[in-house]
Amino acid sequence: MNTLLIPLLVAIPLGGAFFIPLVSRKVRVLADILGNLATLSILVIAVLLFQVRTVYSIGGWNASVGITWVLDGLSNLMLVIICLISFVATLFSSQYMERYTAKYKFYSLFLLMVAGMNGVAMTGDMFNLFVFMEVASVASYALVAFGGDHEELEAAFKYLVLASIGSTLVLFGIAFIYGATGYLNMASISQAVRTGPRTPILTLAVVFFTVGFGIKAALVPFHPWLPDAHPSAPAPISAMLSGVLIKALGIYALTRVLFNVIGITPIYGAVLITVGVLSMVVGVFLAVGQWDFKRLLAYHSISQMGYVVLGIGLGGYILASGGKQSAALLAILGGIFHLANHSVFKSLLFLASGSIEYSTGTRQLKEMGGLLEKMPLTRATCTIASLSIAGVPPFNGFWSKLIIVMAAFQGGYPWLAAITILVSFVTLLSFIKVLRYAFLGHLPKSLKAVRESPAMMSIALVVLAIFCTGMGLLLIPGAREMILDPAVGALANGVEYAQAVLALQ
Amino acid sequence: MTGMTVIVKTVTRWVKVFIFLYGIYIIITGHLAPGGGFAGGVIIACSYMLLTLAYGKEFTLKRLSSRAAHHLDSSGALLFLVVALFGLGSGGIFFANVLQNRYPGAKFTLLSSGTILISNIAIGLKVAASLFLIFVILSVLRIVLAEDGSQKMIQEEEEE
Amino acid sequence: MVYALCFALFVIGLYCALTKKNIVKIVIGLTIMEYAVNLFLVLLGYRKDGVAPIVEEGAGPLEFLARSVDPLPQALVVTSIVIGLGVTTLAIALCIRLYEKYGTFDISEIRRLKG
Repeated sequence: MNTLLIPLLVAIPLGGAFFIPLVSRKVRVLADILGNLATLSILVIAVLLFQVRTVYSIGGWNASVGITWVLDGLSNLMLVIICLISFVATLFSSQYMERYTAKYKFYSLFLLMVAGMNGVAMTGDMFNLFVFMEVASVASYALVAFGGDHEELEAAFKYLVLASIGSTLVLFGIAFIYGATGYLNMASISQAVRTGPRTPILTLAVVFFTVGFGIKAALVPFHPWLPDAHPSAPAPISAMLSGVLIKALGIYALTRVLFNVIGITPIYGAVLITVGVLSMVVGVFLAVGQWDFKRLLAYHSISQMGYVVLGIGLGGYILASGGKQSAALLAILGGIFHLANHSVFKSLLFLASGSIEYSTGTRQLKEMGGLLEKMPLTRATCTIASLSIAGVPPFNGFWSKLIIVMAAFQGGYPWLAAITILVSFVTLLSFIKVLRYAFLGHLPKSLKAVRESPAMMSIALVVLAIFCTGMGLLLIPGAREMILDPAVGALANGVEYAQAVLALQ
Repeated sequence: MTGMTVIVKTVTRWVKVFIFLYGIYIIITGHLAPGGGFAGGVIIACSYMLLTLAYGKEFTLKRLSSRAAHHLDSSGALLFLVVALFGLGSGGIFFANVLQNRYPGAKFTLLSSGTILISNIAIGLKVAASLFLIFVILSVLRIVLAEDGSQKMIQEEEEE
Repeated sequence: MVYALCFALFVIGLYCALTKKNIVKIVIGLTIMEYAVNLFLVLLGYRKDGVAPIVEEGAGPLEFLARSVDPLPQALVVTSIVIGLGVTTLAIALCIRLYEKYGTFDISEIRRLKG
């Protein structure tokens, strides 16, 4: 039963992407129905497969000659996050994309992007990672330019050039690893790295991987594409890009390669911590002065990605330099939990901004005001999401930030905890600004005629808001063992990953 | 007149069939010699591009309309996915070479590889249709002289 | 030694993609970078005095293993060339649309997004 379901996670979005243009050129509503059905079915499959830990070889070839797909704790969590956010985004876009012609092309590209991301989350082979990463990236370049206006094309071109440079660097890194070890399978590579000498070729490959995946994840020296690309895309695409794409293609791939394939050392951990701190600080200070709502949200994405990388890097550094095991596990737990939380609340924020744009036609905070009585549902969900990202209890952002701060104290780095709390405070300031300008204040005359957004969009917002409030409950010991601890264990095991994979075949 | 001179048109009329046939040959013997779906598909698309360059866009679009190319494109990709899922349905493993496992052909003949042949044909179809469509769409812009004396670009309507 | 030349080609492509002002030249720089990496990947599989990895009529698998160059990087490079084709096509389509909207190919004038 499981072996039947696993390939469907990639085959259903691919099939939908190729099938939709065949049938929906004339009948427009068929594209909506097929797209939503596809994402709903992969969400159901991802939840059904949540407890499964297995190795699936494609074509029946065994691992040393074929491509394998590995499901362990971390990849299951990533799959559920990707499928959930994509389902909510397709619900939202069934009405938001009415303004654009050729809606079936949108669904086709969207499902291609989801298929690529699912493939990246599941794969156990390095070149397969590259291929699925490129599928998702090329689909996202086309989706950012979907509207065809001036700014969208410019943003898409900048995104394309920078992300292609990143992909080429990743391919260069893969070529180095193949030249050094002779395998492409992740488990085989990690065994070969552990038993062989540690040559400088591996260090060069790690540098290339860090820069390449760092460009995809928009960490700080490599972030200039993100503040242009994420606001210019249509709102459900911004939610997908900021909510899952930079995580699945950037952070998940980087941590999988650094922790499980090559094995983390104190230097790599220190590099991750530095990049994380830079991203947090630079992102939030550039975000405070923005007046365009979506651009502000894009800068906050950079800063929150810094949190995730800081947590995971701190855990890796402590593990590699032989410090307190419990502090390291707590740091990795904080990082991964913050990754899951950020998908939920950042997608909710982008969808709420899309809802505001659908009704009022503007994205500038100075032109909005007083939407509180006209759009109550959007205001409620946007408030929930803003309080989550700022780290106010009892919403989910508070718990993950608290865990990272506690891990920094326990590991013996109180200055890291101080920087984290400071950045959190500045985040709270900027979201108070957003709420005051968008919802409070008096309604300008040009916006007297706005109404609440249509039903499908509101359902999507409410679903995500429920997740925002409820995800703090994932820290109760019963739920934590089932959902979060396997993911932490998959990363903390490091190169034991190879033993686990080869034992399961 | 549209297109190129009489010499080019005559030679194209003779040569295009051979280019098409060569492309089909490279697709079908993809498992025996270098080539395969992608290279053969590019060559088939090149034959259509040669037709477009020599005779003009309207002539070629009458022979293979852009809507037919869209349909061929999606069908080729769906055929590839169906072949992959076929392995799932009847053997239990995604992408398994079911024809080779059940009815193995003799080595070095055309039928020796099972589902690889069908995959090559599907990919060749898709690549040829896609590259032809890309060439047609990217060549629609022309620079004309507008009323106020400046140059601007216009785009012809894409037929639905 | 030849790997250093591949690396030099990669650096030339990177320089071209990062410093040129015409967007078509930037796309050409991207293509040069991709082809440098493909070349590196194919050259990894070279074996001295090797033959092309096609199984002949009367040979067995052991002789094939002993004498041919490594076929795996060749398969990887075919995939990578196709991916490069897709990205280049999308980039050129974006260049054409940018020319239609902004009227210029110069990237220092295509700068409406600030901040």
